[in-house]
Amino acid sequence: MSTVARLGVSFAGPLVTFQDGGRFGGLRFGVPASGPMDRLAHAAANASIGNDPDATTIEVSRGGVVLDGVAGSVTLAVAGGGCIVDHRGTAEPGWTVLTIRAGERVSVRAGAWGSWSYVAIAGAPVVTRWLDHTATHSMSGLGGGALVAGQEIKVEGARVEPVRDGEIPVPDFARSTGRVRVVMGPQDQHFEDDAIAAFRSSPYRLTDAFDRMGVRLSGPPLPLREVLSIPSEPIVRGSIQVAGDGVPTVLLADHQTTGGYPKIATVVSADLDAFAQLRTGDVVEFEPIDAAAAVALARARADQVTEFLSMVASPGRTITHRLRAENLISGAVSGQSVPGTD
Amino acid sequence: MNVALAAPSYTAVGDCGVLVEFATEVSDAANDAVIALDRAIASARVAGVTEVVPAFVNLLVVFDPLVSDHAQVEAAVRSVAPAQVDSVDSVAAGRHHVVSVCYEDHFAPDLAAVAAATNLSVEAVINAHLAAEFRVAMYGFAPGYAYMSGVPAAIQVPRKSAPVRGIAADSVIIAGPQCLITTIDMPTGWSVIGRSATQVLRPDASDPFLFDVGDRVSFSRVDLAAFERLVAER
Repeated sequence: MSTVARLGVSFAGPLVTFQDGGRFGGLRFGVPASGPMDRLAHAAANASIGNDPDATTIEVSRGGVVLDGVAGSVTLAVAGGGCIVDHRGTAEPGWTVLTIRAGERVSVRAGAWGSWSYVAIAGAPVVTRWLDHTATHSMSGLGGGALVAGQEIKVEGARVEPVRDGEIPVPDFARSTGRVRVVMGPQDQHFEDDAIAAFRSSPYRLTDAFDRMGVRLSGPPLPLREVLSIPSEPIVRGSIQVAGDGVPTVLLADHQTTGGYPKIATVVSADLDAFAQLRTGDVVEFEPIDAAAAVALARARADQVTEFLSMVASPGRTITHRLRAENLISGAVSGQSVPGTD
Repeated sequence: MNVALAAPSYTAVGDCGVLVEFATEVSDAANDAVIALDRAIASARVAGVTEVVPAFVNLLVVFDPLVSDHAQVEAAVRSVAPAQVDSVDSVAAGRHHVVSVCYEDHFAPDLAAVAAATNLSVEAVINAHLAAEFRVAMYGFAPGYAYMSGVPAAIQVPRKSAPVRGIAADSVIIAGPQCLITTIDMPTGWSVIGRSATQVLRPDASDPFLFDVGDRVSFSRVDLAAFERLVAER
C-alpha cells in the first residue's frame, strides 16, 4: 500500500545533502555530474529496497544525520563505509534495511571506516530538482540542497517492506586497499622525471582539505619542469591536478569542470568510490596502468556491480540470500588485503 | 580567413576520455578549431560518446567505457574532423547576444582601479568595454561560467594577487583578455566592472544556459533605474 510519510531532520552535520545518480551531460556548461561520492554504496542502498539505483538518497558525511518519524511509516536502507545505524535502542555497524515509524528515531553516524553513507527511502522524497536532477552541487547549492535541522522531508508513495529488513552484505571492493590505479596524464610530460618517479612510488596521505570537490594530498612534492600556465582545460572526476606548490589534489564528484593546473594522472573509475571513502590521514599508493587496461577494468567492475546489485535487490533477502551473497562476495575480489585505517 | 594549425594531438584521459589538443597557447585560431570539431562530433553522433567539452585550445571527448574505448573514439573523431578550419566568424558563427550591464559605482568596485592601471578615465574604460565584441570561448569552472575572449588591449588588467570574497552573482568581471559574467556568489581575483541584468544561468528555465560556445556577445549600458526594472522583469 502506498501512502505519504514524513521524516523530520533533527540533526544534520555539514555536507549532508540530497544526491541522485548524477547530472550527466553538463560539463560543457560548467556543470559537473555531482551525485554520490560513493556511487556503489548509493546504488546498493537503493537496490536493497527495490528503488532505481539512481534514485535520490541522503548522502551523510562523517558529521552524521538524525531523522525522526513524524507521520506514517517508510522503509529505509543505509549503506556506505562502516556506518553505524541507531534505531530502537540498537546501534549496529553495517549496511542495513529498517522501517521507521512515527515517533521513532534513526541516526546514522560514521563507524570504523568510511567518509560517506547513504540513506535510501522506499518511496519518492519531495526534493528540489535542478536540470532534472536532485543531485546537489555543493559549491552553488543547486539541486536538492543540504539538509538542515528542523526540515521536514515528505515522502510520497512511501512503502513499508519488512521482507527486505536486515543486513545488506558489503562487497570487498567497497573498501580501498590503499592501492589506487591511475592512467598517467594528460599532462605528465610537464613534470620532472623525479616527480613522476615520486608519484609512482611514494605514499600519499589524504589531508583534511577534503570535500565534495576533491581532496588535497600530502607527500613528496611533484615539481614541474618549468613554471607553467597551461590554458584552462577540461577536468574529469578523478583528475589529479598539481598546483604550483607541487601538491596534488584528486578531484571528486563536484569537481570544477576546467582548470589551468597540469594533471599528472587520472584515477580510474573502478577505484574512485572506494578512494572517496578514505579518511584524512589515510595513505594511498598510485599504480599506473595503461588506458586499455583501465577500460577493461571498468568493464569488469561494471559486471561485478551489476551482479552485486541484482543480488542485493532480491526481495526476501534473508539467510538464503545472505549465503548467496557471501559466496559471491568472497569470490569477487581476491588477493587484496584491507589496511587498518583506524 | 584560413588558419594554419598543426595537426591535433590525442591523449587518453583516465578510462573514459580522449583529449584532443590543437595548441598549447590560447589563440582564436585554436579555439576556432575546437569549436569546429565540437560541432562536427555533435552532428556525427559518434557511438559511445556521452559528452564533448570544448575549451580554449583543446576539447575533451568523454565516452562510456562499456560501449567504446580510447582507440575507437580517437579513430571516430579523426574521421569526422574537418580537413580545414576557417575562422569561427565564417564557419562556426554562433548567435549574437546583447547583455545589459549597469556600471554604477556600487556594482563596479574595481572600475576606478582598472582606469588607473590603464591610464584611462572610467568613462573611457566603460566605452572600450561597450565597443568590443566578445566571443564565448568555453564554459568552465562553475555552472554557467562562460569565458568570453575579446577584452580590448587598452583595458586589459592582470588578476589580483589574491581573490576577493563575496562577489555577487551577475557581476561582470575581467582579467587579461577574458570577460565573464558570474552566476553564483563566489570569490574572484578578477576585476569587477559592472553588474549584468541578463542572467547567463537561469536555474528554473528549460534552456538554462544563455550562450553556446562560439556565440558572440556585446554589452549594452543601462542606468540603475533600467537595471532594476530589467531585474524585476526577469
